[in-house]
Amino acid sequence: MGIGYNTITFNQDKCDGCGDCMLACAQAKAGSDDIVHSRIQILTTDQPSGDPQASDSGAIELAMCRQCGDPKCVSNCPAAALTKNATTGTIDWHADKCVNCLLCTVGCAFGGITYNAEIGHVTKCDSCDGNPACVKVCPKGALEYNTSGSIYNRISDKDDLFVPGLSACQGCNSELLIRHTLRNVGTNVVVATPPGCIPGMGTVGYNGKTGTKVPVFHPLLTNTASMLAGIKKQYNRVGRDVTMLALAGDGGVGDVGFQSLSGAAERNEQQLFMCVDNEGYMNTGMQSSGSTPAGSWTSTTPVGKEMQGKRTDAKNMAKIMMMHNCEYVATASLAFMDDYYEKLDKAIAASKHGFAYLHVYAPCPTGWRFPAADTIEVCRKQVESNFVTLWDFTPEQGLRFTRSTDNPIKMAEYLKQIGKYRHLSEAQVEHLQRRVNDQVRSLKAFEQLTEVS
Amino acid sequence: MPHCKYLIIGSSHAALEAVSAIRMQDTEGSLTMITRDSHLPYSPTVLPYVVSGRSKADNVALRDQSYFEQHAVEFVTNRSLSSIEPDCNTAVLDNGDRWQYEKLLLATGASPIIPPIPGLDKVKHLVLRTLEDAVALRDASQKAKKAIVLGAGLVGMHGAENLAEAGLEVTIIEMQTQVLPGYFDPQAAQMIQSAFDQHGINMKMGHKAVSISPQSSDQQNTGCRVELDSGETLDADLLLVSTGVRPIFDYCSGSHLQTDQGILVDNHMSTNQKNIWAAGDVAQAKDFYSDTKVTTGILPDAVEQGRIAGMAMSDDPSLKNYSGGVPINTYTFYGQQAISVGTSDSSSGPLNGEPTDKLEIELTVDSDKGYFQKIIFKDNRLQGISGINAALDPGIMWQLILRRIDLGAVKKEFVAQPLETGRRLMSGTWR
Repeated sequence: MGIGYNTITFNQDKCDGCGDCMLACAQAKAGSDDIVHSRIQILTTDQPSGDPQASDSGAIELAMCRQCGDPKCVSNCPAAALTKNATTGTIDWHADKCVNCLLCTVGCAFGGITYNAEIGHVTKCDSCDGNPACVKVCPKGALEYNTSGSIYNRISDKDDLFVPGLSACQGCNSELLIRHTLRNVGTNVVVATPPGCIPGMGTVGYNGKTGTKVPVFHPLLTNTASMLAGIKKQYNRVGRDVTMLALAGDGGVGDVGFQSLSGAAERNEQQLFMCVDNEGYMNTGMQSSGSTPAGSWTSTTPVGKEMQGKRTDAKNMAKIMMMHNCEYVATASLAFMDDYYEKLDKAIAASKHGFAYLHVYAPCPTGWRFPAADTIEVCRKQVESNFVTLWDFTPEQGLRFTRSTDNPIKMAEYLKQIGKYRHLSEAQVEHLQRRVNDQVRSLKAFEQLTEVS
Repeated sequence: MPHCKYLIIGSSHAALEAVSAIRMQDTEGSLTMITRDSHLPYSPTVLPYVVSGRSKADNVALRDQSYFEQHAVEFVTNRSLSSIEPDCNTAVLDNGDRWQYEKLLLATGASPIIPPIPGLDKVKHLVLRTLEDAVALRDASQKAKKAIVLGAGLVGMHGAENLAEAGLEVTIIEMQTQVLPGYFDPQAAQMIQSAFDQHGINMKMGHKAVSISPQSSDQQNTGCRVELDSGETLDADLLLVSTGVRPIFDYCSGSHLQTDQGILVDNHMSTNQKNIWAAGDVAQAKDFYSDTKVTTGILPDAVEQGRIAGMAMSDDPSLKNYSGGVPINTYTFYGQQAISVGTSDSSSGPLNGEPTDKLEIELTVDSDKGYFQKIIFKDNRLQGISGINAALDPGIMWQLILRRIDLGAVKKEFVAQPLETGRRLMSGTWR
């Protein structure tokens, strides 16, 4: 497995062009207030061209080293003065070898390595040895130091405990999720996968062969939590500490699976119950579930003369589980891996004492009608628009947002990517927006309770 | 008979880039790199800096031995290719070794042209293409007093500056009326030339050396006397011949490989013979501006071509067509920077013969500050940009040309601020 690197990311939408990052860089790298020395260049335009067709429509842009994986600047250097650092991922410049020929600048299409006439050689971003000055001063959160690369390093030598060749749809978010999850949970586990996409893609196996390299079983939709509770009690009786993990779809959680789940949560059974929420019964032909948002096209909530998609709102299962006062409850999205891993670790730890519930939002290219390559982008916009929110809960801590719900992107930005919302009227979009606002307001009220106590 | 899956002849940029590309697809297939050189891979481009002393000859290797071990590459030095037998996938080396290959890359580069000047073969002269050449030139420059440089191309200009800095009295003789033809127009070339004038270098432009003879007074035969077409004679104890380079493909004779000025290749760097590719200075590939095929001798082009050849050889599914050679040059002289991307002169080169009303030329010159900037547009698309002491990102300009990006809406800003506007455009294009 390759190695993942930490990177500086730029969120253009949040940048107001204040230039604090450039000043910080110039000070850190040259001890000067002159931004000519800054290795990050924020490009604002005073006079937008006004032509929406032009790529130069007044947006704020960025020129800086992308620390490419396969860097052309390095290939173009005749003096071996640039090298890709295999440990940190940055492209290092070696003053003692550089001959000032500027051929590196021919290789860079990002304006990331440039000649600084005042000091007489090229300069480029070196990520400040993993503590970038520009990120620290950004008042808008437009610059972030993305450390998700270290996650991949952390898990790279752990075994993938599913077999290769699971038959999930192309672009399936759930397959990515369960592979990441089990890698981190490890082998000391019993996995339950009630009917749904996850056993459907072959994890429980075919023809007497298993698709999972750890004990796995296929409970009914109705009894997943109670079966895991029974197995856990037997292991406890014989004195073995084994993790109980349910990988269930939203139907197996919130609809037909709910009574056994609610019971297990109420009894605070020691297990980690994960809901993979793809907003419907996707495995059996895209029927509507209790998690399907209002307005969605599904095969049981069609779009036609009589009906314009689902008429009722989705229930917020994570909130319902929080009301059970479980040991740990959290929501997560694979577009925010750092956040997910942090919560997974907490949930595994909590499942040793009692009931832990992880609700992972899992956009489905097949059932939602969007291109397979867009899965993570849909995940990202689902969160950025507040359509779903990222938070966690423990009885001691209360509710805490792990990603701010302030300054969401427009709901339409999220909806327009997804085929199942294509028919929505303005009134339906407004309804969804109201619903989202209500959810955020309600969760914020819980957060305030946390702050008061 | 030695056998390997990938046989690569040459060890500079094109060859090395092909190895990287192959190893991304195929980490195990046997790979042998054979070079006529006796050193670890290095770039001919670094040699002027070895002459000047800025780079140490033992510190310019582009790869070290551990790289070859890590990537399972067999690296063979001091061997050159003497012939190819495409019908039986065999390459024959100068020592008679016959190598069987599955895929062969010819990245043999170029060697200096020695012009047919009467007497040149009778006198000691230096060239600059190998590390040995560079060390020899450096040593010679420490002993000599007067130098003559034949040719005002990149090697000659770098060489002349280095020799003058080392304290020699230097004369450049150039047939053409301007320095660096092909990269800069006459006006920009004049600005570069004047820096050389100011530093006391004797520039004999538009002159030919008609004969060369040993200096009669010199018993050790290191000196020479050069006679120009004007009748003037010049004496020197160091003669640097830098009148251009010529691709090395003498081994192609009898192989049925199609050649012209170089080895002819298609858009995947494939030759007309099965399982044989060519890249870098030796390859004659598509020109960006026209339907002709050209040899460019440009480092970034060698990298592009090497990458494409490596991808094609290892059946990389993301293989793309070569977008065509664009002249690119970055040249630093006496602390100043000259950059040229694309065509620099509408009266010669690829735009020669274009109706002038179709071309738009934006010129900004401030001779006092040594500032020059020339932008050529056609149909609102960038054709070329060249500058002296003007801030540009050549990599961005190259992409604007290759992608034929319509600059109609931002032309005014682009002309006023090519650096900022170019960056903004490319940043927007990437998203």
